[in-house]
Amino acid sequence: MIDIDVVTLSRLQFAATAMYHFLFVPLTLGLSFLMAIMESVYVMTGRDIWRRMTLFWGTLFGINFAMGVATGVVMEFQFGMNWSYYSHYVGDIFGAPLAIEGLMAFFLEATFIGLFFFGWDRMSKVGHLAVTWLVAFGANFSALWILIANGWMQHPVGSTFNPDTMRMEITDFMAVLFNPVAQAKFVHTVSAGYVTGSMFVMAISAWYLIKGRHIEFAKRSMAVAASFGLASALSVVVLGDESGYVATENQKMKIAAMEAMWHTEPAPAAMNIIAFPDQAKQDNSFSISVPYLLGIIGTRSLSTELPGIVNLVDSAKERIRAGVSAYAALEAVRANPKDEAARATFAGKWQDLGYGLLVKQYRTDVENATEEDIAKAAADTIPNVPVLFWSFRLMVGLGFYFIGFFAAAFWVASRHKLGVNRWTLWLALFSLPLPWVAIEAGWLVAEYGRQPWIIEGVLPTFYAASGLTLWDLSLSLAIFLVLYTTLLVVELFLMVRTIRKGPHDRDPIEDTSPAHGASILPLPATASPRL
Amino acid sequence: MNFIPLDYEALRLIWWLLLGILLIGYAIMDGFDLGVGALLPFVAKNDDERRIVINVVGPVWEGNQVWLILGGGAIFAAWPALYATSFSGFYLAMMVILIAIILRPVGFKYRSKIADPRWREIWDWALFIGGFIPALILGVAVGNVLRGVPFEFDDTLRVFYRGGFFGLLTPFALLAGLVSLCMLLTHGAAMLTLKTDGPIAERARTYGRITAIATIVLFALGGLWVAYALDGYVVTSVQDVLGPSNPLNKTVVAKTGAWLANYSAHPWMMIAPVLGFLGMLIAILGFSGRLAWITFLGSAIGILGIISTAGLSLFPFLLPSSLAPNASLTVWDASSSHLTLWIMLLATCVFLPIVLVYTAFVYRVMRGKVTTASLGKNPNAY
Repeated sequence: MIDIDVVTLSRLQFAATAMYHFLFVPLTLGLSFLMAIMESVYVMTGRDIWRRMTLFWGTLFGINFAMGVATGVVMEFQFGMNWSYYSHYVGDIFGAPLAIEGLMAFFLEATFIGLFFFGWDRMSKVGHLAVTWLVAFGANFSALWILIANGWMQHPVGSTFNPDTMRMEITDFMAVLFNPVAQAKFVHTVSAGYVTGSMFVMAISAWYLIKGRHIEFAKRSMAVAASFGLASALSVVVLGDESGYVATENQKMKIAAMEAMWHTEPAPAAMNIIAFPDQAKQDNSFSISVPYLLGIIGTRSLSTELPGIVNLVDSAKERIRAGVSAYAALEAVRANPKDEAARATFAGKWQDLGYGLLVKQYRTDVENATEEDIAKAAADTIPNVPVLFWSFRLMVGLGFYFIGFFAAAFWVASRHKLGVNRWTLWLALFSLPLPWVAIEAGWLVAEYGRQPWIIEGVLPTFYAASGLTLWDLSLSLAIFLVLYTTLLVVELFLMVRTIRKGPHDRDPIEDTSPAHGASILPLPATASPRL
Repeated sequence: MNFIPLDYEALRLIWWLLLGILLIGYAIMDGFDLGVGALLPFVAKNDDERRIVINVVGPVWEGNQVWLILGGGAIFAAWPALYATSFSGFYLAMMVILIAIILRPVGFKYRSKIADPRWREIWDWALFIGGFIPALILGVAVGNVLRGVPFEFDDTLRVFYRGGFFGLLTPFALLAGLVSLCMLLTHGAAMLTLKTDGPIAERARTYGRITAIATIVLFALGGLWVAYALDGYVVTSVQDVLGPSNPLNKTVVAKTGAWLANYSAHPWMMIAPVLGFLGMLIAILGFSGRLAWITFLGSAIGILGIISTAGLSLFPFLLPSSLAPNASLTVWDASSSHLTLWIMLLATCVFLPIVLVYTAFVYRVMRGKVTTASLGKNPNAY
């Protein structure tokens, strides 16, 4: 039988390693494009300061990238290690985007990252610039494929359950590829990465300006980051992924939980600005709300109703009853695989099978579920409302702050007042950690808000874990905590040290590359004595 | 799936081949990175030498490691049952590999950022562990696959592994681990003779000769063990090669020496072990004759032969179960669906050639020996 402690520890480990990995990824996404922009300016203008900017931000990029690589392999292996039933159950669909990510994106990024660092004096200017752009595109393609995989967990399209193999199998790859949830999430997530990269450059450059060091370097860096950051901050919020949320039943539950909306209201629904949700009472003990706002934002209409949590639990009960019947139909197929009538019955019901599996937490013979089991399983479909409500508000609040911040910075930069306006500098410096706070809050909303599902409506999380022992998990979790904490300290130490040392004010590399317009081919062997 | 021009059997066979190609690709491409890491304390005697050794693989190891990432992803996508069973069954062994793989990137990147001997020594250890451990443990894993792994399924195809971590460390599995270690040390030494001069290359030749001889001896020993002492597995029912991927529809028995059956049925398969021995022999001659390219080619051929030998011996098995032989995973009952195999094949045919082209381009740009002088010019060197 399923050991709930093992499931809890597996979830804790996944959350810890994913949230930790995601400290490094957004900076890689953002900084890679910022470096590519800076190097483009260098190649177009030939002014060496832009190359020194690329080199310096590249050094910090490298320190961060190493951690991203170190923690990324863990992510790919953990599905099989800790979620083996998940891997069996949905590997036919979920595995493909992960493999294509390696093939199309990570190979590109990781192969050219070596040339980015080691190729400066071995390639033409344009050649090296191409390498930098390829690294940036590789990183962002990675995000695309990972979010196609994740989008399918939120909104599983293009697939069906096969009773002969006891798993989900793909029926329409294009539907998985162009999943609207995945597309919305991709734009939202990479934009958040660009905001992070921009804030990173803003804050460190601001520190140099406050200290009166590397003034020309810092001003130029800030000007690039302010414009890139403003565009990205607008994209994060305006093209945010709320549009994708309306797609399915469980995403409705996520919205209702994010908004602490317990009961369906007449359209358009009011939005709780502040609320103290009480999960046990299924109500808010206190709230301040703005009439009509949620209905308009959430449905983009005045007449569409948004269902409340309690009402969604009622619909979940219906689906669980249907799921119990689907489970019984599946048992009939498995008892006699040649019974075509049983297969036809199951084929009409499989969509509710996942809801039937929710009952597994209360009894193994799902087909005999009582109304009491069904009520308990339905109550499980409510995610943790207070956590979602507040993480969502934290994320959105910070999102609007970023728009304001970058708009102000852009305005100051465009009036050439960057060194003069000291309050902008201090604000930039103290805003440094905020993108990470917003991103981790966003991860909680998206993934913690998906609970109790690992694949929404298809597979409950508790049913998907590996049959490991508590000892296995305690040991692995302890190893991750010790190793990751140590490495984070080392990483921050090296970052701070590199920042304190600052960029080179003179050219660190002899420029041996040929003049403009050279091809991206390497130098002929005879011309390079180092070979 | 009428629009797929290849039938399910052909696609399963192709994906078995591709699995082999990806694992061999990983062993050849990232194998020398692991070997160089594990040789670091032995071939380099001072900081300048250690920096040269590290920078031999510094510009390329990240791209090479993607072969492992891709291997993992491809097993997930094409052989989900294998991915689920092996990764969770070998849980603590995977953790050990992960520790090594977590230490490696930071080791490369952080080591030379600070010119303090104690700091550098810590990261040199990290790089040594990061090379030595995966080279050994991945071989131990293959040894365990050949022995059979104690797992079973319940009737919902949930896998249960009934063994511990130390159960993996049997004599045969450790022998397989040593073959893998020696083979990758040889490959790393070959890379060092190709990319360095002077005392480092000399030491690499000395160690490389020893490890190549050890590879030959241990590989031969493994062959004798498989022939006379190790239980192989045989499918005793007719498997539907076009049927659904459900590993509970067949019968399997264990039989000593059964892993040699494929070679008696198809003698041409003997080419794999022959290449294993021949490649390592070429490497030995290359080390002695100071022919760096020949050495490297030899060790690559040796790796190709040795891994192919394991794969061909197992066929059609991917992961036999010692606990419930009938639940063993085979090529015909552990794959993903017909459509997924087809889509993944298309993706591989489009992107793998592109990957090979730009990888070759990067090696061309980075060609030439690594010397103290070449490092001095690059502030980004490790």
